[in-house]
Amino acid sequence: MSADLATYNFAYLDEQTKRMIRRAILKAISIPGYQVPFASREMPMPYGWGTGGVQVTASIIGPEDVLKVIDQGADDTTNAVSIRAFFQKVADVAVTTHTKDATIIQTRHRIPEAKLTEGQVLVYQVPIPEPLRFLEPRETETRKMHALEEYGLMHVKLYEDIAINGRISKTYAYPVKVDGRYVMDPSPTPKFDNPKMHMSDALQLFGAGREKRIYAVPPHTDVVSLDFEDYPFEIQTFEQDCALCGAHGVYLDEVVLDDKGGRMFVCSDTDHCEDRREHGHVGAMLAPNQEAAE
Amino acid sequence: MSANTNAFTGGFSDPVFQSQSIFRMLMDGMARPGSIHTVEHDAGQPDPLGPAAGAIALTLCDHDTPVWLSAGFSKSAVGEWIGFHSGAALTREKAEARFAFVEAGATLSSFGLFSLGTQEYPDRSTTLVIEVAELGRGQSFTLSGPGILQSKAVEITGLPEAFLRLWADNRPLFPRGVDVVLTAGRSFLCLPRTTKIAA
Repeated sequence: MSADLATYNFAYLDEQTKRMIRRAILKAISIPGYQVPFASREMPMPYGWGTGGVQVTASIIGPEDVLKVIDQGADDTTNAVSIRAFFQKVADVAVTTHTKDATIIQTRHRIPEAKLTEGQVLVYQVPIPEPLRFLEPRETETRKMHALEEYGLMHVKLYEDIAINGRISKTYAYPVKVDGRYVMDPSPTPKFDNPKMHMSDALQLFGAGREKRIYAVPPHTDVVSLDFEDYPFEIQTFEQDCALCGAHGVYLDEVVLDDKGGRMFVCSDTDHCEDRREHGHVGAMLAPNQEAAE
Repeated sequence: MSANTNAFTGGFSDPVFQSQSIFRMLMDGMARPGSIHTVEHDAGQPDPLGPAAGAIALTLCDHDTPVWLSAGFSKSAVGEWIGFHSGAALTREKAEARFAFVEAGATLSSFGLFSLGTQEYPDRSTTLVIEVAELGRGQSFTLSGPGILQSKAVEITGLPEAFLRLWADNRPLFPRGVDVVLTAGRSFLCLPRTTKIAA
């Protein structure tokens, strides 16, 4: 009976939509950092749930791909689980949580800690692709600013940050300049991840569904975080190590444990953390002599 | 029966997966300029269109993308074949074309008549698919630019004489400019507008 029912096309989108998105992706790659408008479709999930990333992934994915989906670094949070299940259902592709095994990694707001390799594509879910949008609300004007390479307003914003706060206070969606031309929003990744975009071995694609834009950073391309000579770009640092795997120099999430001020810091990248624990690394809260120490 | 019945033959036997695999090669090719890819799927294109160029046409063209053909292709069944299988309209105006297919040995006079996009919308430019004699053998060129770690050497036989000069004129227009796919039989390589070519 069910065999008689109409089924979805492979990867949900119809072929004409895929072609339209594929053409946009090719132009995006050939103009690094430029936002290509595309005819974003309604997806079976609301805008804000990663419809841009989902449409990009649906247009590039094939039966041989292995898909990983992360949400704030984690494989097991709602957005990641539902998008992974979506592609298992509509494309029947292999999925993984291991960064190194994936050919396509769709991400919301993090770049995996493990270095990405040549065969991998990183697909970002982007809420607001226009880095100048909060400085200039009119699309006609921001488009002209990109056309004229007029990014003074962004530098004024960063300067005002320093004047008011004594430092550049932007900690996520930190603007970057791609290949010396376009200023680009790296999506709301923590600025901790910005250096990973620079000269990456992997292709990076960005999809914004509600705002109907696709942009890209090819591999081995300059991605420079905007800054000033006397106030150079700096990434976040953490005093603690991961409480579970003891990792140092990675991005950590703060987890509140009780209402008495108890808290722990753990890797935001769950695969990185699990991998380290499998290899015998132990953090402070998992140490076997913990009770004795207390 | 006219000779143009071969406009109705061919096409992908499995359009969904074959076009996906061709696209992934194109995406990888644009992301890594100069990397040579080989098309295994047969698009059943009529002569003188090559297998790679035929597969690229069926993968990317549709009713949204006017196609321009060089003189040699215009005289053949290629236009009708692309129209029948993809729904793309042919245009004689280079500036209207989203894709342009150029046969091997055709004279290139200028890229300037093709759409170069605008400063506001540089993506609205023509992608040229140019057939050459052979990729991976012949005259050596050095590529550099985004997607290439330091530099990449490629060998091309039968690159149109004026190509390097036209390409050197194309690069300073950035972000405007045309993008090029060089095809030779079953193989192709991509040259996005950001790529610099040194002989």
